[in-house]
Amino acid sequence: MADSNYEKFKSDGTLLGNVTEWVDARFPMTSMWKAHLSEYYAPKNFNFWYFFGSLALLVLVLQIVTGIFLVMHYKPDASLNASGVPVAFASVEYIMRDVPWGWLIRYMHSTGASAFFIVVYLHMFRGMLYGSYRKPRELIWVFGVMIFLALMAEAFAGYLLPWGQMSYWGAQVILNLFSAIPLVGNDLATWIRGDFVIGDSTLNRMFSFHVIAIPLVLLGLVVAHVLALHEVGSNNPDGVEIKKKKDEHGIPLDGIPFHPYYTVKDIVGVVVFLMVFSVILFFMPEGGGYFLEYNNFIPADPMVTPPHIAPVWYFTPYYSLLRAVTYPLFGVDAKFWGVMAMGAGVMIFFFLPWLDRSPAKSIRYRGPIFKGFLAIWVICFFILGYLGVLAPTPGRTLVSQICTVIYFAFFLTMPVWSKIDKCQPEPDRVTFK
Amino acid sequence: MKKLLISLLIAPVLAFAAGAELHLDKAPDRAGDTAALQNGAKVFVNYCLSCHSASYMRYNRLRDIGLTEDQIRTNLLFTADKVGEPMRISMQRAEAKQWFGAAPPDLTVIARARASEFGSGSDWLYTYLRTFYRDDSRPTGWNNLVFANVGMPHALWALQGEQVMGEDHHLKLAKPGKLKPEEYDAMVADLVGFLKYMGEPVGEFRKNLGVAVLIALALLFVLSYALKREFWKDIH
Repeated sequence: MADSNYEKFKSDGTLLGNVTEWVDARFPMTSMWKAHLSEYYAPKNFNFWYFFGSLALLVLVLQIVTGIFLVMHYKPDASLNASGVPVAFASVEYIMRDVPWGWLIRYMHSTGASAFFIVVYLHMFRGMLYGSYRKPRELIWVFGVMIFLALMAEAFAGYLLPWGQMSYWGAQVILNLFSAIPLVGNDLATWIRGDFVIGDSTLNRMFSFHVIAIPLVLLGLVVAHVLALHEVGSNNPDGVEIKKKKDEHGIPLDGIPFHPYYTVKDIVGVVVFLMVFSVILFFMPEGGGYFLEYNNFIPADPMVTPPHIAPVWYFTPYYSLLRAVTYPLFGVDAKFWGVMAMGAGVMIFFFLPWLDRSPAKSIRYRGPIFKGFLAIWVICFFILGYLGVLAPTPGRTLVSQICTVIYFAFFLTMPVWSKIDKCQPEPDRVTFK
Repeated sequence: MKKLLISLLIAPVLAFAAGAELHLDKAPDRAGDTAALQNGAKVFVNYCLSCHSASYMRYNRLRDIGLTEDQIRTNLLFTADKVGEPMRISMQRAEAKQWFGAAPPDLTVIARARASEFGSGSDWLYTYLRTFYRDDSRPTGWNNLVFANVGMPHALWALQGEQVMGEDHHLKLAKPGKLKPEEYDAMVADLVGFLKYMGEPVGEFRKNLGVAVLIALALLFVLSYALKREFWKDIH
């Protein structure tokens, strides 16, 4: 058998040992287990914010498993049944009523969608707090932003599937955005919809994207994200590199094996997360109309436009960026520039590793400009999110315009202020009590 | 810096102050009250289920509210032959649209669809079904306080009587119906309770299960936390 650099298990004569040796001769099982778990050294000072990476993985698995069962009963069909209800809508109610435990699976999936965004937003914010995107972790961050983008596409496609009024009209608003692109816009929008209006072909392709295409991309990106992380090692709340100080065996002095230390710690995080998740799932599955919008209990009707179309909460900050742009520029419609602002609002995260020039990574050692600007930016993000749920008024539009300017100014002026900000010296070793 | 933060925090509050108000009466809670829910089912089947379907709801699901299949078959099964069938209607949608201007909506999940920032779906329905009034300018002769220019005539008028809009913009009972006002309100509450049950038949069970799941998770938390403490003892 060909030799490789992989560490191979030598059997101690037991059955388990023999099996492990047999597998190791053919597959890098032991070396993978060690590289990614039992000998992956993570900083020992992870705090609360470091739960959300493993929780994101948990929610991903939850969504995939519940999704598999939902697809067994859901029908992506926009035609009307004998009672005049779209088959897709009726099939969701069929899952809620006639499929044994279908309601639980469906609520897990719908609550999981919102939970995914909560966890991912917190996970990203952690990266911003502690400079986890800084060298040498730029690619981890870039893969992460790509996951965020894929997640948005996944959520958008999934939201169309129940074929309620908000599914339909939300998709109408978003897919129509493509028609704002000059010259090719209308043809592009028609091509994406697969029809001149949102219809059965749109529903079917979104179903295909939602259950096949985007999950494949997501899984690939998650693997790349974790591999890149394990290549360079985790950052920590102090933002110092634990690999700089190693003992005689080459093990970082401030590092502890991920397994068992962080596996047992993350289990606690998982249980707490599941408790919060269960409170929503069992006692308020509609999330006050934010997780399941009330209007979406009315079947999609192309002839009746709801008076107010609001996206689901996790899209609302970006929806506000879109609506904040009300001036036409260079002879092109304001809507086009709104679309650009919305796109730029997400894309700008890609550049964060290169916009930040601060000598310190972690907020613990960064100066007052960063702390103040980040606080304002977070407030603006929340305001934009809140405004995105509401119908626009002149006053609200003005507020969202101010917040939009601040949102972008935070990133675009970062190369200047991050350099001059008064940072404190970073310690040599992590702080841990 | 602080001023800017504060003004940013206050801005949205000012921006959101405007907006139309819709006053809804609070619907009495009938959850778990089997007698009330059965009465609501009776009213629903007798008064609603000729124009409105409840096509995701099967008749035999009504066992949830304490009825036997035989009772359902004898007392409630008007629009289907078999007790396992959904609550469909025979009216054609195209015709209904011609008669009323819009086909009467399916009512299975109406109590969930009518929820809004002004109140629960039950509150909306409870108010809606009690605020029909005479309006000769409408084709049906009826209008409604929470659903302006509604296409549906007052299907329960014989029970409630006829209300008219007073000078002070409050409704007055001009012609009494078969029921006294408080009897009518109680009956509508039963009906709305039934609609709420039908919107999510598993609703009450869901909450009970939630309590059990949370207790189990609390135990798991104690165990997992103890496990974590045990392992992390050696980390300094």
